[in-house]
Amino acid sequence: MAASARFLFRGANSKLYISSVKSGSYNQLRVTLLTSCNSHVKSQRRHAAHFTFQPDPVTTQYGPTQKMNLFQSVTSALDNTLAADPTAVIFGEDVAFGGVFRCTVGLRDKYGKDRVFNTPLCEQGIVGFGIGAAVAGATAIAEIQFADYIYPAFDQIVNEAAKYRYRSGDLFDCGRLTIRAPWGCVGHGSLYHSQSPEAFFAHCPGIKVVVPRSPVQAKGLLLSCIADENPCIFFEPKILYRAAVEQVPVEHYTVPLSQAEILQEGSDVTLVAWGTQIHVMREVAQMAQEKLGVSCELIDLQTILPWDTETICKSVVKTGRLLISHEAPITGGFAAEISSTVQEECFLNLEAPIARVCGYDTPFPHIFEPFYIPDKWKCFEAIKKMINF
Amino acid sequence: MAAMRSVKLSGVCSQAVRQMTGMNACRLLQQRSFRVHGVRRQQTFDPTDKPQFPGASAEFIDRLEFIQPNVISGIPIYRVMDRQGQIINPSEDPQLSKETVRNFYQKMTLLNTMDRILYESQRQGRISFYMTNYGEEGTHIGSAAALEPSDLVFGQYREAGVLLYRGFPLDSFMAQCYANADDLGKGRQMPVHYGSKDLHFVTISSPLATQIPQAAGSAYALKRENLNRAVICYFGEGAASEGDAHAGFNFSATLECPLIFFCRNNGYAISTPTNEQYRGDGIAARGPGYGMMSIRVDGNDVFAVYNATKEARRRAVAENQPFLIEAMTYRIGHHSTSDDSSAYRSVDEVNYWDKQDHPISRLRHYMTERGWWGEDDERSWRKESRKMVMEAFEKAEKRHKPRPDLLFTDVYKEMTPNLTKQRDSMWKHVKQYKEHYPLEAYEK
Repeated sequence: MAASARFLFRGANSKLYISSVKSGSYNQLRVTLLTSCNSHVKSQRRHAAHFTFQPDPVTTQYGPTQKMNLFQSVTSALDNTLAADPTAVIFGEDVAFGGVFRCTVGLRDKYGKDRVFNTPLCEQGIVGFGIGAAVAGATAIAEIQFADYIYPAFDQIVNEAAKYRYRSGDLFDCGRLTIRAPWGCVGHGSLYHSQSPEAFFAHCPGIKVVVPRSPVQAKGLLLSCIADENPCIFFEPKILYRAAVEQVPVEHYTVPLSQAEILQEGSDVTLVAWGTQIHVMREVAQMAQEKLGVSCELIDLQTILPWDTETICKSVVKTGRLLISHEAPITGGFAAEISSTVQEECFLNLEAPIARVCGYDTPFPHIFEPFYIPDKWKCFEAIKKMINF
Repeated sequence: MAAMRSVKLSGVCSQAVRQMTGMNACRLLQQRSFRVHGVRRQQTFDPTDKPQFPGASAEFIDRLEFIQPNVISGIPIYRVMDRQGQIINPSEDPQLSKETVRNFYQKMTLLNTMDRILYESQRQGRISFYMTNYGEEGTHIGSAAALEPSDLVFGQYREAGVLLYRGFPLDSFMAQCYANADDLGKGRQMPVHYGSKDLHFVTISSPLATQIPQAAGSAYALKRENLNRAVICYFGEGAASEGDAHAGFNFSATLECPLIFFCRNNGYAISTPTNEQYRGDGIAARGPGYGMMSIRVDGNDVFAVYNATKEARRRAVAENQPFLIEAMTYRIGHHSTSDDSSAYRSVDEVNYWDKQDHPISRLRHYMTERGWWGEDDERSWRKESRKMVMEAFEKAEKRHKPRPDLLFTDVYKEMTPNLTKQRDSMWKHVKQYKEHYPLEAYEK
C-alpha cells in the first residue's frame, strides 16, 4: 500500500535534504527547489510555508545541548534508548538504511542488525509484531512510514494494543510498545502524505497519543512514550523534520505526558493547538496583539490522549474565550472533545462561543492545500469575531 | 517490438555484473542501466544465460507454462496409529511411558467432561456463552506435551486442552466462565477467554488471527533473550484467511523467529466449509510459499501431533526458523453455544467423526491393547473426573462477582484523573439508584 506513494515522496525529499538543515527556513527551501527547476517556473510555484518555526529558549537543565532539527532529535532519543535498554528494538519499513525521513540514520551500524531492522511491507504485521515483542518483555519501537498508512494496523492498535492489559486482568500487557509515525501536512502531500489521524485514536481507551511541536519536545516526549508503561502513538510533524532547528540536550531527558504546556501567558483568549499548528498560533497571537490589542494565552496540548483538562480549563476560566485549531477535519476532530469538555466545566466563565478553526470536512487535497489548511488568517478572523461577540 | 525484446546485456557486461554479487540490488540495477550501450541482437535462447533478478533465484525457461496447484493429491497426512490405535510404523512410535499416555488420556477426557458440563450450564442460562473442544482434544494435548513448560502459547479460543495439560486448575476455568471474583481476568471478557501468566498462556481475545503476528514478535524477542524458549501459535483454518495470518507467516520467516504455527483445520469456520474458505491445498500448502517448513498431520492421532510438534520445536529453537503444522480434524460440536450446526451440515457427517474417528477413542484403543487401561479404570475415572468438575462448578457458581471498581482499573497501568472522576461518578449514581443495580451479586 505504502510502496508506490513513498517512492514518489522519497524523491521529493532528497531535494529537501540538500537545503533545509542549513537554512531551517521553509521559505528559503522553496526557493532552492524553484531555482533548481528551469522550466514552467510559474506553474510550479508553490504556496509559501504557512508557519514560521521559532525555537524555544535554550534549556541547559539537562546538560550539554547540540543543534538538531526534529528528525535528528528523534534519532537522538532512539540512540539514548538503545544505549540504555538492551531489549529495545526498532523496526518498520526501510528503517535499516536510516529511514525515508532519516530518523534512524546510523543506529543499525551502532547497535546491530538484530536491533534495528526492516520488516516486510505490512502495517498490521508491524504493529502486531511490536505488540508481541512488548508482551515478551522487549521495548518495541515500531515505525509506520506515514500516519496515513496506520489504518491497516487500526485493529491491532484498537482491539489489541489498547485492550491488552485490561482484558487480561493485568496478566499481560504491551506497555513497552511505542509506535512512531510522520504526521500532518507537508505542502504537497495530498491525500495520503498529509493526514492527522489523532482523533480516530482519541476515541480508544488504553492508548496514549502524543504530538510534539519542536525538536526539544520531540525528544523529551518520545523518551517519555518509550518509558511509559502503556502503548503510545507518537506522531511526528514531518514538515518540521528539517524546518525546525534548535538546541537539544544530548543526554536522556523526559517531558511529561498528559501535560499541556503554556507557551505564552495571556488574559483575553486561550489558544489551544498541537504539532505544527502551534507555530501558526504563535503568529496569530502576535497578530492579535498588534492589530487588535488582544492578549492571547497560547497552550500546546502535546498529549491528545489522555489529555490535560485541568490546564486548559484553568486558562479558559481566566480568559473567558477559547479557540482550538487543528489541521484534521472539523467533524469528529479532537477540538470537539476539548470544546464540549470546556463548555461543561467553564460554562459560567465563557463569554463567547468556543471557536474551532480546523481542516474542512474533505479529504486532504493536493493543489488546494493553501485553501484547505487552518492558516493564521483563518485563526485571526476567528479571534476577531470572538472578541466582538 | 522484436528489437526491444531482443535487447540484452553484452557478454562482457553480463560477466561484469556476475562478478558484482556483493553489491546491493539497487546499485546493481543502476550499473546495469548505465551499461546497456553494447546492445546486440540475439535470435535464439541461450541456456547458459543466468537470470540476475534480485527477487528470485531461478532459471529461465523458454516455454510458456503456468504452475498448477496440486489440490487433488495434496500434502500427505502424517499418521502414527490407525483408527484402532495400532502403531503403523514402529520407527515412528514415540515410545511414551504408560504414565505419560494415561495422563494424555485423562487430560483429554477431563476436558471432554468439563465441556459437557459447561455446555449444559450455558443451555440452562447459568453462564452466558461457551465453546466446546469436541473432536480436537488430541491436537491440544499432543502439541502441549511436546513443548517445554516455559514456551509461550498464543491461542485462538479452542485450545483449552493446552492450558489443562499445563495444570490450569478447574477452579480457574470455571472462575473465568462465571466471571467471578476468582477470575484472573477480573471478569472483563466473555467465557473461554482464558489466560495464565504463570503457565505462559497469553490471554485469548476474540478478534481472529490478531495473535499470529504477535506470536512472531514474541518469538523474535525470546530469540534475542537466548534462553531456548519457543513460541507456539494456534489458529483455525478460517482465521488463516485473515490478513494478520499472512503478516505473521511472512514476518516470522523473514525475521527468523523460533515459532510453531499450529493450524487446527476442522473443516468449518462457523457455517463456512473449507471450499468457501480457500481453493489451495489447505493451509499447509501455503507454508512453502513463505519459505516455511510445513507438515500436515492427523489431528485425531495424538502421537502424530506430538511427534510433529516435538520435532518442529526442536528445530525452531536450534535453527531460529518458523514451522507450520496443519492438524486435520473435525469440529464435532457446534461452533459455540450461539450456533446450531445442524442448520448447515448433516447429523450423519458429525456422527462419523464422533463414533468412527475420535482422538479419545483412538488413544483408548491403543491403551487397551497394551493393558494400560481397562473398563474399571474407565468407570472410576469417569466418576472421579465428573466429581472434580462438578465441585469446581458449584464453587464457581456460589462465588460473588468482582468489585465493580474493577471496571475502571488496568485501562492504563495507572488510573488517569479522567477515569477516577468517572469511577466516582458511577458510585455516586449507583448509590442513589441502588435498587436498580445488581449490587448484591458483587463483592464489596
